[in-house]
Amino acid sequence: MTRYLRYLVPLAIFALLVALLFRGLSLDPKIVPSPLVGKPIPTFTLTRLDNPAVTISDADFKGKVSLLNVWATWCVSCRREHETLVQLAKTGQVEIYGLNYKDNREDANRWLAQLGNPYVANAFDSDGRVGIDWGVYGAPETFIIDREGIIRHKHIGPLTIEILNEEILPLVAKLKS
Amino acid sequence: MIPELGHLALILALSLALVLAIFPMIGSLNNTPGWIALARPAAWGQFFFIAIAFGCLVSSFLNDDFSVVYVAQNGNTLLPPVYKVSAVWGAHEGSLLLWVFILSGWTVAVSLLARHLPAVVLARVLSVMGLVSIGFLSFLLFTSNPFARVFPVPLEGGDLNPLLQDPGLAIHPPMLYMGYVGMSVAFSFAIAALIGGRLDAAWARWSRPWTTVAWMFLTIGITLGSWWAYNELGWGGWWFWDPVENASFMPWLAATALIHSLAVTEKRGAFKRWTVLLALLAFSLSLLGTFLVRSGVLTSVHAFASDPARGLFILIFLCIVIGGSLSLYAARAPSVTSGGRFDGFSRETLLLGNNLLLVIVTAFVLLGTLAPLIYDALDWGKISVGFPWFNRMFVIFTPFLVVLMGMGPLTRWKHQDPADLARQLRVALLISLGGGILAALPLLHEGSVWAGLAVMLSLWIVCSLLLSLRQRLRYRKGLAGLWQDLGAKGSGSYYGMVVAHFGVAVFIIGVTFVMQYNVEKDIRLSPGESTELAGYTLRFDGVQARQGPNYRADRGTVHILKGEREIALLQPEKRVYTVQTKPMTESGIDVGFTRDIYVSLGEGLGNGDWSMRLYYKPFIRWIWFGGLLIAIGGLLAASDRRYRIAVRDRVPASAALGNDGLIANGGS
Amino acid sequence: MTPKRKKRLILIGMMVAGVGIAIAVALKAFNENLMFFYTPSAVAGGEAPAGHLIRVGGLVTKGSLKRQQDGLTVVFDITDFAETIKVQYTGILPDLFREGQGIVARGRLQEGNLFIAEEVLAKHDEKYMPPEVADALKTAHKNGAEGAATEGTKP
Repeated sequence: MTRYLRYLVPLAIFALLVALLFRGLSLDPKIVPSPLVGKPIPTFTLTRLDNPAVTISDADFKGKVSLLNVWATWCVSCRREHETLVQLAKTGQVEIYGLNYKDNREDANRWLAQLGNPYVANAFDSDGRVGIDWGVYGAPETFIIDREGIIRHKHIGPLTIEILNEEILPLVAKLKS
Repeated sequence: MIPELGHLALILALSLALVLAIFPMIGSLNNTPGWIALARPAAWGQFFFIAIAFGCLVSSFLNDDFSVVYVAQNGNTLLPPVYKVSAVWGAHEGSLLLWVFILSGWTVAVSLLARHLPAVVLARVLSVMGLVSIGFLSFLLFTSNPFARVFPVPLEGGDLNPLLQDPGLAIHPPMLYMGYVGMSVAFSFAIAALIGGRLDAAWARWSRPWTTVAWMFLTIGITLGSWWAYNELGWGGWWFWDPVENASFMPWLAATALIHSLAVTEKRGAFKRWTVLLALLAFSLSLLGTFLVRSGVLTSVHAFASDPARGLFILIFLCIVIGGSLSLYAARAPSVTSGGRFDGFSRETLLLGNNLLLVIVTAFVLLGTLAPLIYDALDWGKISVGFPWFNRMFVIFTPFLVVLMGMGPLTRWKHQDPADLARQLRVALLISLGGGILAALPLLHEGSVWAGLAVMLSLWIVCSLLLSLRQRLRYRKGLAGLWQDLGAKGSGSYYGMVVAHFGVAVFIIGVTFVMQYNVEKDIRLSPGESTELAGYTLRFDGVQARQGPNYRADRGTVHILKGEREIALLQPEKRVYTVQTKPMTESGIDVGFTRDIYVSLGEGLGNGDWSMRLYYKPFIRWIWFGGLLIAIGGLLAASDRRYRIAVRDRVPASAALGNDGLIANGGS
Repeated sequence: MTPKRKKRLILIGMMVAGVGIAIAVALKAFNENLMFFYTPSAVAGGEAPAGHLIRVGGLVTKGSLKRQQDGLTVVFDITDFAETIKVQYTGILPDLFREGQGIVARGRLQEGNLFIAEEVLAKHDEKYMPPEVADALKTAHKNGAEGAATEGTKP
């Protein structure tokens, strides 16, 4: 019997390894769902980026499907996704709101002037207080919000055309219908 | 149109892979010649269609067809044409396509070069390769289609990662994949042998040249990767024990054990179960490497798109291939007979020692690579394993390996009198001990125990190789005799071993000296200012802006002087690639046989001042030179005449095919 | 037992013993070379041991990078948005080091929570932040969010 068992040792080691790797896959920090998905957007009131005299609040998100994109000029990846956002805005498929996160008003406005402005409006969150309420843990992040003002999806990391086509736009279309 | 053609070709290739994996295997089990005969055309068809798909992707890159997502992400109109081609394997989808392309190439090569194999065996080998191919083709088609389209079509592509825009990295992945995928041949031979229940010397002889060639490519791939890291990363390092590097190093270690073990099985019929397990292990580690790199379960400094869904797919595939083969092993191994007997002290024992050490080292590299994952999975905290540990581990095990390496070639098969061997090796021992002590003393240079140890080990290898050469050539005279011997049957393996072992000696010197005598200096320099580095004077003459094809660069000018004489002018650059706005350090290196001088720019500090990193790297070239020698050794061994004889004498040999014909006829 | 078998057993015994010792040494070295990772919050909370080789990670706070007179020593803050620690490093920063970027530093913690880095790593791929950093930020956020929630109920 032991004669046979010893040839099972490699298989047993492999089984352990697979268990470990499987666990490793589920540990991936990039796929953790946000606790806010399925919940109404947090209440907030912030000034607009382009005009400190005007405010923007959670009420602005009611009654339409929209995206909220969290960005900052200090964020390298945001620059990469910016072109994608500009292209998306051109198609007019969905309104994009911006949350300018822990940034500087002048820098951010200059950035939009230079690279194009895909946003309907930008909320200016200089100290990141509102960002914390939204569960932001790094820029860029993008939320999809439905007509009732409920967060339906959250994407962490820069948007690419691939992600738009496979992840964002199908959901937007579904929410609209 | 072209992308659709490529996509269609991939689908056709997948269906042919299915044919290849199913029919010849079933045919070989119930002896249906018609089904067995399907193996070869299916393999060729698969190769044909994958080649078309590959050509399509290359042409999409050359034509800047940004309607293809993959091209839009990794291509750019400004990219030089060479890099447009290498951009094909610059990211996930394309490198997988390259993987299957190479796999189908190996499959065709086996079907062409191993024609004298019994049809049943060949059918099984090709069939197993087809099974592997199914896994990768469906992975490609279902999770990572390189031909997916995008709308609206972007005007410009995202450009190839600037780190990959380097000649070294353009050919590094193909070489590495040739090695990884080549291990599938040894794997398939092993599976075919397990299914047929015929694990014998003939099996070892068939798989040996294939394994050696794959191992050679892996060696070249790893060496190139190390050379690239040194040139391109700007840190002067040549190996980082990064998970991605380890992923290529583990199969190399297992394959090294395998080629040694195959020698025993071919020559003496011993270690059969062990050899077959190593063949399974080498390919399993290649697949595991792919998993680790592609799934993103481990943090790595290397940039690869990682995706858990893809990781899950590969994990399931791993379970089928590795789990299946290990189950087959568990079922069949007990009935395999033990081969040739040997004494407690013989070449077999030494090779067993070699195998044992190599497997232990492989296990440790695996442990070090997976440790962060293990700790994380068990919630023991987030850790990383410092690379000093990997280095230390090699310092512990290498001397054992080298001692065996010196003794091996002089030791007889079956039985060796230890006293006799000791007498022969006395000279080698004296020379290496003497040389080692001299090197450890501060005579020419500052002394170092480690340098002494390295010199001792290298001299031990070299001296014992010379002794073994003398013994081999004792009946031959002069250079003419050597020349005559080079043409003899079996000499390829022998001289391959000599060159490869010599390469190890060179490598050990390189590694140890560069680590012991490396001089490193981070410094701030103003234009016109000079600094000393290991006896050289380096004069900084400022930085000028320069425009490259797809980047802007600040190019520094550094004159290197030895005394009053200028010996080199280095122009390290700091580049910013236009599209990805990514900074890149292009170091300036003065290459030398016994030392490199390496300069890389840090940052501009105002007033024309720059921070800079200067290195004096003694003997660093020896590391890659050693790697190259090891690969050449592999090439020599694989080109041994005894593997080719069968091809040339095929007609008479197959006419004489009797009961023992498999052995008389074997090998290609 | 024949003398031949005895010799063989001794040889095998020696081999096993030698390899066993080597493995034991390697494993011991392994334990000594493990570097634990700490978040800025963990450092601020006093969890990280001073003087040991450890790694810390977080985002480089915008505007915190200060270069000292020699041009080579830099001091910057890294944060997980809950706590911030100071890092000092002498040498050349990696190409992808930027303010706002996630980095991991290897080094030792001094008195007063100043972290002296021996090496600073930024990912080659700027698309993703180092997973440890992402995780650190996530954990800090969770705690922060709870804190914020209780604050919110007070008035």
